[in-house]
Amino acid sequence: MNIVVALKQIPSMADELPLNAQGSNLDFDEVDFVLNEFDEHALEQAVLVKEKSGGAVTALGVDLIEALDDVLYTALAKGADKAIKIVGDFEPGADSHTQAAWLAAVIRDLSPDLVLTGVQAANDLDGQIGPMLAAHLDLPYVGVVTGLEVAQGVAKVHKEFAGGVVADIEVDLPCVAGIQAAAKPPRYAPISKIRQIAKTAQIAEAEAAAAGPDAGVTLRRMAKPVATGRADMLAGDAKQVAAKIIDILTERGLL
Amino acid sequence: MDAGLDKVDRILEKETAIIDGMDISGSWNRMFEQRVIWDYTPELIEKITHLPGGESFGWCYQCASCTPVCPVDMVGSYGPRRLFRAVQTGVDLFTSADLWLCTTCANCLRVCKKEVDMVQIMPATREKAVLDGFVPEELQKAFEDTAKYGNPLGQPQRKRAAWAKQAGVDVPIMKELGRGVDILWYVGSYPSYHPRGIDASLAAARIFHALGVDYGILGNEEKDDGDSQRLAGETGLFEMLAEHNIGVFAQYEWNTMVVTGPHEYNAFKTQYPKMGFDRPLMHYTQFLAGQLPKLQDLLTHSLPLRVTFHDPCYLGRHHGEYDAPRALLQAIPGLELVEMGRCRENGYCCGGGGGGMWLDSFTANHTSMRLSEKRVMEAAASGADVLAVCCPFEVSRFEDAAKNTGNGHLRVLDILELLDMSMRGNGY
Amino acid sequence: MSNDILVIAEHLDGRIADISFEMVGKARELAAALGGQVIVLALGSGLQAQAGGFASHTTLYLDDPLLAHYNPQAYQQVIAALAAAHSPRLIMLGYTSIGMDVAAWLSVKTGRPCIAYVNDIAVEQDAIVTRSQLYGGKMSAESATRADSLIVTLMAGAFAADAGRGATPIQPIAAPVPLAGLRTRFTGLLKPEAGDVDITTQEKLVAVGRGVGGEDGVALATELAEALGAVVAASRPVTDAGWLPKTRQVGKSGLTVRPKLYLMLGISGAPEHLEGMKDAELIIAINSDENAPIFNVAHYGATQDLFEVAEALLEAL
Repeated sequence: MNIVVALKQIPSMADELPLNAQGSNLDFDEVDFVLNEFDEHALEQAVLVKEKSGGAVTALGVDLIEALDDVLYTALAKGADKAIKIVGDFEPGADSHTQAAWLAAVIRDLSPDLVLTGVQAANDLDGQIGPMLAAHLDLPYVGVVTGLEVAQGVAKVHKEFAGGVVADIEVDLPCVAGIQAAAKPPRYAPISKIRQIAKTAQIAEAEAAAAGPDAGVTLRRMAKPVATGRADMLAGDAKQVAAKIIDILTERGLL
Repeated sequence: MDAGLDKVDRILEKETAIIDGMDISGSWNRMFEQRVIWDYTPELIEKITHLPGGESFGWCYQCASCTPVCPVDMVGSYGPRRLFRAVQTGVDLFTSADLWLCTTCANCLRVCKKEVDMVQIMPATREKAVLDGFVPEELQKAFEDTAKYGNPLGQPQRKRAAWAKQAGVDVPIMKELGRGVDILWYVGSYPSYHPRGIDASLAAARIFHALGVDYGILGNEEKDDGDSQRLAGETGLFEMLAEHNIGVFAQYEWNTMVVTGPHEYNAFKTQYPKMGFDRPLMHYTQFLAGQLPKLQDLLTHSLPLRVTFHDPCYLGRHHGEYDAPRALLQAIPGLELVEMGRCRENGYCCGGGGGGMWLDSFTANHTSMRLSEKRVMEAAASGADVLAVCCPFEVSRFEDAAKNTGNGHLRVLDILELLDMSMRGNGY
Repeated sequence: MSNDILVIAEHLDGRIADISFEMVGKARELAAALGGQVIVLALGSGLQAQAGGFASHTTLYLDDPLLAHYNPQAYQQVIAALAAAHSPRLIMLGYTSIGMDVAAWLSVKTGRPCIAYVNDIAVEQDAIVTRSQLYGGKMSAESATRADSLIVTLMAGAFAADAGRGATPIQPIAAPVPLAGLRTRFTGLLKPEAGDVDITTQEKLVAVGRGVGGEDGVALATELAEALGAVVAASRPVTDAGWLPKTRQVGKSGLTVRPKLYLMLGISGAPEHLEGMKDAELIIAINSDENAPIFNVAHYGATQDLFEVAEALLEAL
């Protein structure tokens, strides 16, 4: 079983997101990048499949901001067997279409049985990478997956819908799946282990295709959303806030 | 460990025995049959002693000096002697819950004739367990949060200096200051984020301001010191944080570093020097005790309180500082200092060291009582109104423990808070 | 290219989902501005009556037993074929479990641009302008395209469903591609497990987010819920982490709730969560981040440590 996991770094939302001077996008020099949390689940699911059904996991991503090494070392520490970074002269805000085309070019040569990636990322303005990979690779795709097992050339997945309804879907391998949540929460890789691996492991490099395709979308403006309404803010310390909440509930007959 | 294994089961005893005219019948001639030592396996002990730092585990000769001083043994069955015996009789420490109960308080080391050093053995053994994936969930979360956010509380890095806005006095941040300072104040994670830790930080800022100290803090450039994560087995995380912090410390001109917490003191005194950082360092109690002639004049309000003081393991036993905190408490007018039975060199551990801070529920499941609970009962028994502390791990631990043990009347205050109250005459 | 709008209807468990009507309502408005027609495409089995309830100009309905439930490859291929046949100016899908499978795939396969996370869309001087919620709702991005055909995925709940309801008779169509031998197969539907409480019928919910930190935080929230006569609900990260069962999850991949009280502890208010609770009668949010988007939705808010407020509430109750 040859499993490939496509990883993407995105601006960290733990911090304030700064805008550039033109207000046309984020100020990428000022943001921290982190691994897309859904990709963390995709990696976990890949390692779970490997542990159950055997095979090898290759983690790869586009090294947008020359900071992918740590992500890949972490992937190796968590159980990936091989890591590849796609290198080139990139814009930190490269869109999904561009990244998907670069990733697909490398993945095709790996002849995978199973390609996993996060179902979405918080900055997928032009769509999600998973279905794009499937389109490039001519493979079937199923997304919003919360569990995946492989047996006899078929991936059996749980696909989530609204209201907690889950469909069982079978997909012929090879295929691409967009992971919403791995069957188990992503494991922790001790930094000790990551640092050991960083000293010995090799990260393979692949050149990005010369120019990515144009997504055909122009981002005109980015801003914090205009508040449609604003909550009445309860001032004071925790005790005072609690007292006000109790007043509100009492007034509405909710206590 | 099976308690039965600890006892000798065959006893030889002659009912009647008279030797040289002396009657030594019955228990007077009791002998114990030889122990069956070939039942014991050296492999599990060697797994530990072969680790760098784990060597001294093998030196234990079972004298049991550690048993009466081990704080965990007082709420369970623990201590180096028992651990050695357990491993000798087949317990694999790497996968045993016992691996996580030691707080590295070093009271056993103080009395150990063989210098069996749990402060070295525990991190070495735990590191192996961490690498193999045997980590209690709570602790793993603290590791993850520290790795992700730079602090074990999982709070955003950019908000590390947010507390300073409430101080009412200017808290200079090095990056904004644009000049060198006399004192670099390393605030620490709990004093930056934990609400009760922040109370102490605010007090410190007001005291420094009143004393006219030329100081600065590192704001959101500061990250957790990582020492407790190291002692809990995550060496790599410690190294990553140390590299970051050492880089930041080197960016600015300063003469002496003052730390809020004893664990930070230990990190910067004993561990960071191995990585190239070795600069003048003081715990805040040492720094303020040195300022006492000036500070004394500021302590204008009487605090008629009976106060007992809890020696932090990593300030007292680990670094021999017992007097500075007491000197500060005694400088407060009206305050009466009473000592608990276990104090100074034999101070009882709060349970927060060596990663215990992030193993609270885990430890509680393997002991009859939390160490912090045992300690507040001792504090309450001393007749004190206030339990004074000077380690940021302790305030929240002891406050919870006071509530849990029905000692809600016992207030837990950092020495900084007491000084601030005496200085400003409010909050009391 | 035409100026028509192709709307992909979707259904779950035999019922056409509200998002379908929401899209049609908005498409009517846009079609008027573009001078085109609204074409709904519904793929189902025995859904003729429901599919006849759109306010569209045309409703194409493909009936096949294989389409009784969603099948990823069937949807992809049928939609691609009809997009080729109709050359619509705009293809609308939901930002849903179905739309997320199809839109980006279709974009690469057919060379049309794609815009996701759309919560507003309009025609300005013949250009289609969209607004998307990015970064978990923390940013709003305005995009435009001059391409002559565009695919968008719309956030559920962004537009009114009623505007899309009507009585346009269905126009049955034959499968434009063979539906046999597909490489994806539906094999069963699992409903949320019974046995746990049903949060959709509760009057009062205490909802916890990632901010509760772990099982201890959940235990505190549970204690608070009990004191309030409420039940604990959660956002996705909490159920993903296993701190609460999936049956307690509110939002996009969870349940939709409309309680009288929705007290939120440590939930920032990502659009995926808002989708499931925005119609609650009273929303009170406690979050330490003053910029959390939830404060734009909640009726009352406080920037406080959730544990302190929870403990203070427990003490006061």
